[in-house]
Amino acid sequence: MTETSGTPSDTPSDTPSDPAPSAVATPAAATKRSARKRGPAARRRRRSSALVLALGLLATGVLWTVLAPGGNAAQTADANEAVRQGRALYLQGCSSCHGLGAQGAKDAPSLIGVGAAAVDFQVSTGRMPLAAPAAQADRKPPIYSATQIDQLAAYIASLGGGPEVPKVSDEAISDADLSHGGELYRANCAQCHQAVAQGAPLTYGKFAPSLSESTPVQIIEAMRTGPESMPVFGDRQLNEEDAVAVAAYVKHLNESASPGGFSLGKYGPVPEGLLAMLVGIGGLLVVCLWIGARQKV
Amino acid sequence: MTTASPPEFVKRPTPVRKANRAIDERFGTQAGLRRNLNKVFPDHWSFMIGEIALYSFIVLLLTGIYLTLFFDPSNTEVIYDGSYVPLKGVEMSRAYASTLDISFDTRAGLVFRQIHHWAALVFVASIVVHLFRVFFTGAFRKPRETNWLIGVGLLILAILEGFAGYSLPDDLLSGTGLRIAASIAQSIPIIGTWASFLVFNGEFPGENFLPRLYVIHILLVPGVLLALIGAHMGILWHQKHTDFPGPGKTEHNVVGHRVFPVFAVKSGGFFMMVFALLALLGGLAQINPIWMFGPYDPANVSSASQPDWYIGFLDGSTRLMPPWEFRGLGHTVPAVFWPTAVLPGILFTLLALYPFLEARFTGDTKSYNLLQRPREAPTRTALGAMSISFYLVLLISGGNDVIAKTFSISLNAMTWAGRIGLIIVPPIAYAITKKICLNLQAKDAEVEHHGIETGIIRQLPSGEFVEDHRPKPTPVPDHPQVPTDRFALPAANGHGDGHGKGLARRAGKAVSGFFVEEKETGPGGPSTPVGGGKH
Repeated sequence: MTETSGTPSDTPSDTPSDPAPSAVATPAAATKRSARKRGPAARRRRRSSALVLALGLLATGVLWTVLAPGGNAAQTADANEAVRQGRALYLQGCSSCHGLGAQGAKDAPSLIGVGAAAVDFQVSTGRMPLAAPAAQADRKPPIYSATQIDQLAAYIASLGGGPEVPKVSDEAISDADLSHGGELYRANCAQCHQAVAQGAPLTYGKFAPSLSESTPVQIIEAMRTGPESMPVFGDRQLNEEDAVAVAAYVKHLNESASPGGFSLGKYGPVPEGLLAMLVGIGGLLVVCLWIGARQKV
Repeated sequence: MTTASPPEFVKRPTPVRKANRAIDERFGTQAGLRRNLNKVFPDHWSFMIGEIALYSFIVLLLTGIYLTLFFDPSNTEVIYDGSYVPLKGVEMSRAYASTLDISFDTRAGLVFRQIHHWAALVFVASIVVHLFRVFFTGAFRKPRETNWLIGVGLLILAILEGFAGYSLPDDLLSGTGLRIAASIAQSIPIIGTWASFLVFNGEFPGENFLPRLYVIHILLVPGVLLALIGAHMGILWHQKHTDFPGPGKTEHNVVGHRVFPVFAVKSGGFFMMVFALLALLGGLAQINPIWMFGPYDPANVSSASQPDWYIGFLDGSTRLMPPWEFRGLGHTVPAVFWPTAVLPGILFTLLALYPFLEARFTGDTKSYNLLQRPREAPTRTALGAMSISFYLVLLISGGNDVIAKTFSISLNAMTWAGRIGLIIVPPIAYAITKKICLNLQAKDAEVEHHGIETGIIRQLPSGEFVEDHRPKPTPVPDHPQVPTDRFALPAANGHGDGHGKGLARRAGKAVSGFFVEEKETGPGGPSTPVGGGKH
């Protein structure tokens, strides 16, 4: 989320200590209302709390002016620049489907409120811009650079809210609890993405894609934004630690060597059966023929 | 094994001979031994397919014994603490944990597991291919119907045995398979619930099901398999092997090699080759990586969950079946009952009864020791092709999700293609196969009556063009009546015409007895009697 939208919402959160008396008073508000009419004591109390509130706001304002500028002003300017650049990229590459104001159209959803995470996921996996309308967008090499993707994300985020791009450090991935991630993966992901994350079809040409090329950031973005047929896995279902653990488990599935030899696409019995037919019984039939051929002297 | 030695030359008996004599004096074994070692087996590459099944079964026994030393068939829940890090601290059954230990912490455990699993896949596959050979050559005809029935029993038991073994590790994939098996048991009208309770000792998954499955897998079914294999081979030994017709071959003789030494050496070598190929597969190709699937939890399921290939046709029939549920008369018959209980019942019953059905409909009750080529029984061959195409549509549909994903096809399109294909492909296969057989017969008849085309066109004085035909060569015996030193035979029987040095050429000639027409030897010698002796 950018600073432009962050500034107004930060202000009230700086002052919780000052209006505390009024906060304490609220549960008893129903009884207060009748008391308000009664005497000057109540009126006096109201005046003093208004004074405290005014002082608190004043102090916050002073503190903000003293502390807030400096670095933040420059960042805000950067962010504004990013939004401007992102808007330019958006108008050039996305607006023909999603509309000039990102409000969506017949075949493209509105992007207001989808957040930076959705933009980063869709564009960094190459799904957007779409090559052609199909049952589902497929992964392909991204068209935009990382900077451009950030700019696009900044522009869409500036249109209003939505999940931010998760920040996942390599240490967090390597420290993650793999067995916990595995349990979560089997409970939440394997029924569509397959136990070894190779993907599987859904209905009518849609599919749960293979995760073999997905980065941990993209995996967490997908959980948080729910692209295409995928449901959203929000903070309450999988907290940050869980999400990182799942991403780390998928990374492990992708990167671990197969100790038993050729992995055969990790789909289990179907490729195994094919190999048993072609190489197993097929090879032995060739041996039969060979022995048969050797015999007829 | 000479019986008469020169009188003046006294040979000192070797220890083997002495031992033989000692045993013979006590048990009288030598006469029987000699008779059996002198038994003659015919040569044809297709007669070795059944041997693949036998040898992979031996490999299964050997590797299986090793695995039983380390496997713990227990449902008891434990916390894993082995060397596979991504499952450390996960709750799982002892069966799954001990399979992980076999895979990662037992010397050669993984390769033995993999050889065992590959051998199981090849075991069932070789039984099926052997069945094709027996079916298409009419080897099941009287007097061999009993061996056909035993063979069908072996096939069913092999499938059961494979499924039991696949289910033992208690991983997510096999647990899903067992869950489906439990549903199939429950779908049987009236007795379903009780059948399921009987098998699983209560509600699925139950708490002591794996020990039962283990007893079935390592004792009960292998015991019955061994007994039936013994009976199968005993009957074969007693009835003698069939052979393709050929010069010198009649309904009342067997032409080929004696058990000792040629057949024994050939079979021993072939066993080594089967073992070697299975070991190669087990060492190079990963199979059933249960550590990636995770432990079974009834709450979890993976997409693209498939059984091993020999159950795949039932998975396919289930995927193709529309959701037709019958409710009435106080009972519910779920849709899964028809494709998984009724269909295999019908298929295996038809398979078992086929020899009797064919004898009934053709009215042919004679005994046969000579085989037929597939074209000689067009209806049977066409029925076989029809059944195989039906089975293949089911088998492909069993993996339709993996196929749909791999080739970017809609899963719904795959399902409908399977439904329609299941109805229209088998009749097409029947019609085409029958037509091919009849045309091949016509070709045979033409060669018989007009001779073989030479490609030489002559113009007659009248101006007419005619093609020269040479007469069909008189077949030269493939084997002499009494097997002797066959290496001294002249190479004039069509299988080694002096030009065939390459292995591929010789292999091609070996197949030719099965599939191919009489061959030209080229313009060099149109009059020399060469060409395949079989017809």
